[in-house]
Amino acid sequence: MEGCEAIAEAAVRVGCRFFAGYPITPQTEVPEYMSRRMPEVGGVFLQGESEIAAINMVYGAAATGTYAMTSSSSIGIALKTECISYLAAAHIPAVILNFQRGGPGIGNITASQSDYWQCVKGPGSGGHRCMVFSPSTLQECVDIMGTAFERSQRDRNPVIILLDGCIGNIREAVELPDMRPAPDIDASDWCLSGCEGRSPRQLLPYFRPDPKTCAEQACAMYERWQKEDVLVFEEALADAEVVLTSYGTAGRIVNSCARRLRDTGLRVGIIRPLTLNPFPAASFSGLDPAAVKLVIDVEMTKPAQMAEDVRLALNGRIPVKSLEIPSGVLPTDEDIYEGISAILQGEGIHGI
Amino acid sequence: MEFEYIYKKPSALTSKANSYCPGCMHSTANKLIAEVLEELDMVGKTIAVFPVGCAVLSADYFLTDMTIAAHGRAPSVACDIKRCRPDKLVFAYQGDGDLSSIGMCETIHTANRGENIAVIFINNAIFGMTGGQMAPTTLVGQASTTGGKSRNPDDVGYPVKMCELINQFKAPKYIARFAMDSVPHIRDAKKGIRKAFELQLNGGGYSFVELISNCSTNWKTTPLQSLEFIREKMIPYYPLGEFRVPEEM
Repeated sequence: MEGCEAIAEAAVRVGCRFFAGYPITPQTEVPEYMSRRMPEVGGVFLQGESEIAAINMVYGAAATGTYAMTSSSSIGIALKTECISYLAAAHIPAVILNFQRGGPGIGNITASQSDYWQCVKGPGSGGHRCMVFSPSTLQECVDIMGTAFERSQRDRNPVIILLDGCIGNIREAVELPDMRPAPDIDASDWCLSGCEGRSPRQLLPYFRPDPKTCAEQACAMYERWQKEDVLVFEEALADAEVVLTSYGTAGRIVNSCARRLRDTGLRVGIIRPLTLNPFPAASFSGLDPAAVKLVIDVEMTKPAQMAEDVRLALNGRIPVKSLEIPSGVLPTDEDIYEGISAILQGEGIHGI
Repeated sequence: MEFEYIYKKPSALTSKANSYCPGCMHSTANKLIAEVLEELDMVGKTIAVFPVGCAVLSADYFLTDMTIAAHGRAPSVACDIKRCRPDKLVFAYQGDGDLSSIGMCETIHTANRGENIAVIFINNAIFGMTGGQMAPTTLVGQASTTGGKSRNPDDVGYPVKMCELINQFKAPKYIARFAMDSVPHIRDAKKGIRKAFELQLNGGGYSFVELISNCSTNWKTTPLQSLEFIREKMIPYYPLGEFRVPEEM
């Protein structure tokens, strides 16, 4: 299936029954698919008059307990961050897909990774955080969808899936999740449904009961994520002398580069985060500085962004170098292989 | 001796003393909505969406399920609460800064789609909560903290007439403007709110009810003078009446 369609269908199958979106390349296939699919499953599709309207439609739909999703790309996500902040404040769950494109500004539609800071660090004003998933393959995308909705509902907090136009438009064989029934919104104990027979419910985007309690509850949730919710792909770390780290489309390319490097006799390990928040810090802090000479971070953005979290996790124990592909440039296998090789050569690291 | 209630607080309102400025007609607008909800037996079947601005204070006084939308976004939030909960009565309550300035886009597109919700629009021709800045609805010649002593139409254009604007679209079903300056006008306003809610309950479609209101704090008038301002300045520019009514009404 095509990436956008597989991801949209997976969302439907895990219970998504509301989608609002707005056309922007490279994700327009998601609203197009949802416009056909939602009526078939008794759900609601609506094209917003703007990115802002679309996410506020999600805010309303999700407030009723309906599994709700929107999708956009980079500059569109920037517009949505106003409401992402409100979702976090009012404790309303939602799933948001970001098919990253080149930037800043309108940039171009090439697959890119320049929204790491935007989505992982500051998706809107107010200092809240979202759980952020970073799948590399279509199979990972569709497998993650159920987890994304479940965790969003569990935490009553928005979840972001960080993708790009390459993942959105690639065609791969996927095994889709089984069709689940839509959640029973009448069974929800928090959503808006009319207060007949019970006390009124208020989903309010401000401090309830007070700022201190709100901040403490949010921090407790973020700490719980770090302990319980990290997802990471690790490979060949036990005897690694060099560790490659990357996510998403760059992660796919790094996988194949790692195989070529191993053919030269170099012992190469991989840490590929599947959640960027919570970040798999333990995977890095668990590396043995006596064995690992270098961590190479590969990102499709310049300056590198995830590299900051890699360095924080390593805390100076192992050197980190970044291979930075400028946002808006889609690298080939060869570009990344040569880039990694040049870094290794510069550090005097080579295979047998 | 037995007594009969001839007047009491509507069951849709809390017992909190309201924190609107003295003389502000928001409190009366709140009460009208609450009375209609009670008369229609819809208190427990209503979901309210409140905005940003003075109108958000309403969230403290209603005993219904509710949420608060970001500045100007209440129609987008309300329309999809309604689409996901079509059996509930859904209304958005917004001031003129919220609805006609930052929320103009959401307002006109929600109206143009004919979403089956009611929008109650409190127009007091100024940004209230932030302290008297010029709104799209500020009258020509009216003072504001960002428009000087007199709104100059050569510089910033003319006040926006929302009912007339929404009346350009085909889909809306009920469009009306009332005023909060006098008992007869307030009674008319309540009838209009009731029509809007009844229309929605009958699956009728989008309704827009504008209430010309006051802001004696930022107009720098006494409460009584503010009601005179409504009569003498606001109503001549914003004519009252029902712009569109469904045939069955």
